[in-house]
Amino acid sequence: MTVTGDFPTTQGTSADAASRRRLLDQDWQKLVRAGGILALGQVFIALSGMPVNFDRRLLIDPILSLGYLSLIWLPLVVSYWVGREQVLEGMTAYARGGRDVLAGAIAGALGNAGLTLLVVGITHFDIRDPLVNWSPQLLAILHFEESVWLGAVIWPVIGAATGALGGGMHCASTRITRTAVIAGLTVFGAAVLESVITDLSQGFHIEAVSDWLYGPKRGLTYPAAIVVAVAAIAVMAGIWAYRDSAMRAGLVGSRQSPAAPGESDRSRTVWRRFISRRLLGYALVIAAVVVLPLFLGRLTNELLANVGLFILLALGLNIIVGLAGILDLGYVAFFAVGGYSVAVLTSPGSPRFSPEMPWFGALFIAMLLAGLVGLFIGAPVIRMRGDYLAVVTLGFGEIIRILLLSDWLSGTFNGAQGITNIPGVEVFGLATVRGFEPRSVLYLVLFFCAIAIYVSWRLENSRIGRAWMAVREDETVAEVMGVDTVSAKLMAFVTGAVLGSFSGAILSAKVGSVFPHSFAIIVSIVILVVVIFGGMGNIPGVIAGAVVLIGVLGGPNQPGLLQEFAEYKILIYGALLVWMMLQRSEGLIPSVRRAQELHIDEMNQDAWLRAQAEADDATGGGGGNSSVGEQP
Amino acid sequence: MQLTTKQRTRVDWFLTFLRIAALALIGAGLLAFIAQAIDANNPFARWANPDALSLTGKQFRDLVVAGLAQGAMYGLIALGYSMVYGVLGFINFAHGEVFMIGAVTGAVTSSKLAEAGAWESNFVLCLLLVVFLSMVVCTVTAVIMERVAYRPLRGKPRLIPLITSIGVSFFLQNFILVLLGPGTKSYAKMPDWLTEKRTFLEIQGTRILVLAVAAVAMVGLWYLVERTKTGKAMRAVAEDAEIASLMGIDVNRIIVKTFAVGGAMAGVAGILWGLLFNSVLHTAGFLPGIKAFSAAVVGGIGNIGGSMAGGLTIGVAESLGPLMILEPLGVSGPSQLRDAVAFAVLIIVLLVRPSGIFGERLPSEERT
Repeated sequence: MTVTGDFPTTQGTSADAASRRRLLDQDWQKLVRAGGILALGQVFIALSGMPVNFDRRLLIDPILSLGYLSLIWLPLVVSYWVGREQVLEGMTAYARGGRDVLAGAIAGALGNAGLTLLVVGITHFDIRDPLVNWSPQLLAILHFEESVWLGAVIWPVIGAATGALGGGMHCASTRITRTAVIAGLTVFGAAVLESVITDLSQGFHIEAVSDWLYGPKRGLTYPAAIVVAVAAIAVMAGIWAYRDSAMRAGLVGSRQSPAAPGESDRSRTVWRRFISRRLLGYALVIAAVVVLPLFLGRLTNELLANVGLFILLALGLNIIVGLAGILDLGYVAFFAVGGYSVAVLTSPGSPRFSPEMPWFGALFIAMLLAGLVGLFIGAPVIRMRGDYLAVVTLGFGEIIRILLLSDWLSGTFNGAQGITNIPGVEVFGLATVRGFEPRSVLYLVLFFCAIAIYVSWRLENSRIGRAWMAVREDETVAEVMGVDTVSAKLMAFVTGAVLGSFSGAILSAKVGSVFPHSFAIIVSIVILVVVIFGGMGNIPGVIAGAVVLIGVLGGPNQPGLLQEFAEYKILIYGALLVWMMLQRSEGLIPSVRRAQELHIDEMNQDAWLRAQAEADDATGGGGGNSSVGEQP
Repeated sequence: MQLTTKQRTRVDWFLTFLRIAALALIGAGLLAFIAQAIDANNPFARWANPDALSLTGKQFRDLVVAGLAQGAMYGLIALGYSMVYGVLGFINFAHGEVFMIGAVTGAVTSSKLAEAGAWESNFVLCLLLVVFLSMVVCTVTAVIMERVAYRPLRGKPRLIPLITSIGVSFFLQNFILVLLGPGTKSYAKMPDWLTEKRTFLEIQGTRILVLAVAAVAMVGLWYLVERTKTGKAMRAVAEDAEIASLMGIDVNRIIVKTFAVGGAMAGVAGILWGLLFNSVLHTAGFLPGIKAFSAAVVGGIGNIGGSMAGGLTIGVAESLGPLMILEPLGVSGPSQLRDAVAFAVLIIVLLVRPSGIFGERLPSEERT
């Protein structure tokens, strides 16, 4: 419906095109509102304790710590958002300029005035009783351990500066902005990945690199930060240059514009080249994944093993939620079934029944049990409305946890003490996978991830996969078209359950013990966030979601790269879920079909507008603005 | 085609089997309980659970009253779920967190009032003030939630706002955690005349107070919905939003009001939680929220009187169920399973009578 961006649409008359607005011709109401929202956000961030808790984690050695970053990023985002203007089709956008910079600066300054109030408030009142972070430490960070006056004055100034930067992003061309953002993110990523990069350079015996990149206090040294940023900019410039030359040669362009009749030959070779390059890419990724763990240290391997566990879980949930469109909030139940059945069957410490089976045998039984539980949970809920189903599956998940915890079944599951002493995995006499050897666990996880990816990929393109997608799009229509909706949905439950049980089985061998509290409902929610963040129904998306979220923030019981975030990660997962639903419900790497389903209204509207525009062109009159008031 | 019908009957058979099994289990438990109550040595009771102790009349009454008091609280929360579902057709998962915020507000204000010395000297006035503050905070929370998270999603598929509300729920929970810290927030000590057992049937005073407050709140809500213009507009929007807007009703405004009223009721319920349990944690909203949703379903979603009745049913069921059904059947430590019982009630009701005991009232296009 709308075109955002800084290019005027073609239909306007040239007289009002690119007219510049005066500096003070601002939308004051919007600015004040944005400032208010920003102030509330900043005060919340300050009082949540992030600046204090993150203060010791340096990102760029003497300049920037994660604590201060937590107070700086929001003005940037809000002031960028203030400058966004929706330009209706057929209208002309104003030219961007100093006015946008000023708007961003005003919003940023207004917002950070909230921090000024906070500084004054903390010096004069003590309400530490309900608000735990209303503390002298916070005050010290807010006024840079100088005077209160400095703290009160400097924050609006910082806000104005960051805000001007955020608003100014609209003035520069898209390429420059994008390059700047990517350079910033690269520097941030390099700082966050400190432990992984140090680990890698030790593995390859090039410690000099990490020693040079990171100072003694774990942050990037600032020359290193500059070099990283310059490198990122250079890479981006290279990409733009390559695209330009390709466009000129008609290579990339042929994908965007409809191919002319004589062009088909050439575009086919392009297509073939594209495929082979893609295959080459896959091969490289696989090789890297297989070889890299050999060069990584314990911590990184452990981290990757956790990520792998969540990839497995997310792929399983992706079949239920992403492909079949059933919102299962009790997915943790299958995780628990896998974990506990392996624990009971393999551990000598299991109280009632302890056959001490080998792990693979136990895994087989765990899969069977999980499939049965999937059937048992799936059958009663299959006829329910989608939202009732969500709550009932959540109820089943909780019931399983409560039963595992209860005295009634403690004879078998040992209640809150859990089952310990679970032996490792004997891989046919070749090797033993144990929790204290993260590399072996990682290889086991990778093996099962490969199975899960292959299974999901084949299923997605099979008859049952198409049935799932049909059910997801419209159950009634699917049924009319001859899809057996009940058995399709049950199949989704069972497949998802079996994949989830893999993960549980590996977890119990990895940790060596299982406890009921590892299977709380929050695990289901985090897996759901991973699937939605990555892109429902899309395998690469789901994997990317798990790598980014679990790798950086960590799982509900597993630490990630930013261990400082431990107490904030569920907060962030919640906010992320809301934000994704509001802004990008199809996820980071969307499945094309899913995105179409989610945006069907907008696509219809676009089609309608396009048709209107064509009709206008055909009649030759109408002018640019005629279609604006008549939208349905 | 043959296969399709066959598969379908198989699932239906399984469902019928589950329904019968669930009802049979309840029946057997109740029978064993009755048998044990008549004579602990009778052979059926012995066979079911040789160690079971039946309840004395006094224990039974205490359990029922405790269940009713909690159930009244669930009922007040359930109103919020029910009204929002009636108007917008989605489960506002975060409503339990609104309730928790009410309970936390009560804890903070009551302990501040106690510090100032007003709590003991002027209990009734302070309680009114605390209830009022909690209602205000919860109303504001609910309205902001609607504005930020749900309004942009109007008209999207039903699961999208549901997933959003899960996110809101965990956000609010951790919002309170990071602002107020992980410790338990205690209420100020209730005055002695309230906590001691009163002569009237020896019921604890707080429980009588809880039931009374819930009753007042219900009457107020009933008046609002059935006797005022706003209530009429709410019912109209619940019936059919599009037609209502054609009749000159500002649908957005009515939706905001619905959230506000639901939030206010959750605020009252939060204080009732404080009266009953004296302390609150940031996670306190989750289980009562789910149970209240169960109550709304049990009573028939969209049905205001039904929500209260459903709440009382769930409250009594989770208080009596473990001791009357599970213990006679030989389940040890049955009180640990009370949450499981609440979920089981939801599942059984949805299996046996999905439209709830009193029938659901849904917008015309939601009815299936």
